[in-house]
Amino acid sequence: MDSVLGRYKNLIVLGTVLFVQILGLAVQVRRTTDSDSSRLIRIWAVGAVSPLEKVLVWLQTSTGDLWHNYFYLRGVRAENRDLKQQIARMRLEQVRMSQDADQARRLQALLAFKEQFISQTMAAQVIGSSGSEQSRSVYIDKGEKNGIQPDMAVITADGIVGKVLRAYGSTSLVLLINDQTSGVGAILEKSRLQGILRGTAAGGVALEKVMSDENVPAGEVVVTSGGDRIFPKGLPIGTVTGVSTGSDLFLNIRVKPASDLGRLEEVLVVTKIDERQAAPDESGPVRAADILAQRLPGVPQKAKADDGSAGAAPETTVPPASKPVAPKTSGSNATAAGNPPVKVPPTVSQKVAQSGAKPAEGAKQSSDNPATPKPPTVKPAVSKAPVDQKPQPPAEDSPQ
Amino acid sequence: MAITYTSGEQVEVYRFSIPATVLIPLAAVFLQAWVPLKFHFFSIFDLPLLVTIFFAMARRSQIAGLLTGGLIGIMQDALTHQPIGLYGISKTLVGYGASSLGIKIDAENAGARLLLTLFFFTVHKVVYFTVARGLVSLHLEWSWPRELGSGLANAVLGVLLYAVLDRFKQRA
Repeated sequence: MDSVLGRYKNLIVLGTVLFVQILGLAVQVRRTTDSDSSRLIRIWAVGAVSPLEKVLVWLQTSTGDLWHNYFYLRGVRAENRDLKQQIARMRLEQVRMSQDADQARRLQALLAFKEQFISQTMAAQVIGSSGSEQSRSVYIDKGEKNGIQPDMAVITADGIVGKVLRAYGSTSLVLLINDQTSGVGAILEKSRLQGILRGTAAGGVALEKVMSDENVPAGEVVVTSGGDRIFPKGLPIGTVTGVSTGSDLFLNIRVKPASDLGRLEEVLVVTKIDERQAAPDESGPVRAADILAQRLPGVPQKAKADDGSAGAAPETTVPPASKPVAPKTSGSNATAAGNPPVKVPPTVSQKVAQSGAKPAEGAKQSSDNPATPKPPTVKPAVSKAPVDQKPQPPAEDSPQ
Repeated sequence: MAITYTSGEQVEVYRFSIPATVLIPLAAVFLQAWVPLKFHFFSIFDLPLLVTIFFAMARRSQIAGLLTGGLIGIMQDALTHQPIGLYGISKTLVGYGASSLGIKIDAENAGARLLLTLFFFTVHKVVYFTVARGLVSLHLEWSWPRELGSGLANAVLGVLLYAVLDRFKQRA
């Protein structure tokens, strides 16, 4: 017996190891949900690799900053003593501005995206990948401690990236949309044809379940349909690059993802999707010019075309409560354009009221309105003042 | 290019220090997970497989080879979203096979290493796809041109990598 065991020791060990692994596979496959059957091993493996990945990512950014902001400038300074200060200052400023601009552009894009679709997101950095062509997934540096949970959508400013598959302590595994096991509910933007987006073996993305008698032109935009309950409806996925007749009754539609899945650095995890419906806009359409007029600093409005002193009127502040002005009286351009009246900032309307004895045409209308008190008859303090005279105290002292 | 067939007494058996035994596979798994982020084409390589083949052929112990391959494979599995065991089973078999061949073949020259790496890469892929499709029902597509291209690239990288790893060998 011993001799048999000794003779086939290697094969017995091989069989045992294979049997244990096959048994483990069977247990994992049998479980319908991704329970804790293999979680411990995964946590160990991720725990062994991810700290090093985080350190490397940190080192990469740090050394980049160090190089650009210190060593590189020292070299320039040594090259040319006369111009060293100027060059160093300019290059330092250039590098800093370039980095700030890049960062600002990224953040602007991310924030705009957030405002458009998502109610709450969390920015995360990609620190590693699965390292396998059969598993297209990446690791991010946010995990359960940061509120990340499985099945949260992961996006960039360009489009969707994937979903959180597993969340560990401080890292999470994100399944990319080009993985063969992923599936995203998708819809063609113009033709409104629905399908399922899946990854291909070659790492591409294809839209499935679109009937072969449909006409799908190349270049059509594909967006999320919201049917998968993970991605909100309307997020960009990509564009159709080619269509061919596939097997069965369905088209084979190749899609180019909007996000560059091979060069992911920063992503947004959608931690909260606001499902409330948008409140109807009761104020009607608002022109961009009116919005800008409210945001821009107040410009004194000419009270009278022939009054050359109106432009020199000083800015005076009048408490709005004491000088209420109907919106349409001051916003003459809004009503003239046929648009509904737009609320005008108090500064503009108050300046109209303060501008002189002869109000503008819009102000005339307001004076006929019984709800609107007459503008005060106080003359502008400096409207007729000589140039060499000191301006009079502003209207704060005037009777209200 | 010649693969020399030698007797067991003629073949050198090597061992490795504990740090090298632990850190080299860890580094391989780590690099496999990290480098493709910066260089996407790197995902065609399988560094853990190359390390498995190297250790198995250098030690020439079947048990050590299969255990090393199994552990490296399981760790690689743990980083993916697939069930644990796909890479584990594949690399267990490759580790066993490479060490079995290592006993009989003196694969110290570059040509032999190139051919053996290409062979074991193909074996590894075939086993992986068989297990993935047969046991786990994963819908993976097999493409001979792509797999052979990857195999050749891995074989070339393997020859270079083995030359580096040879420095960690210690005569048993």
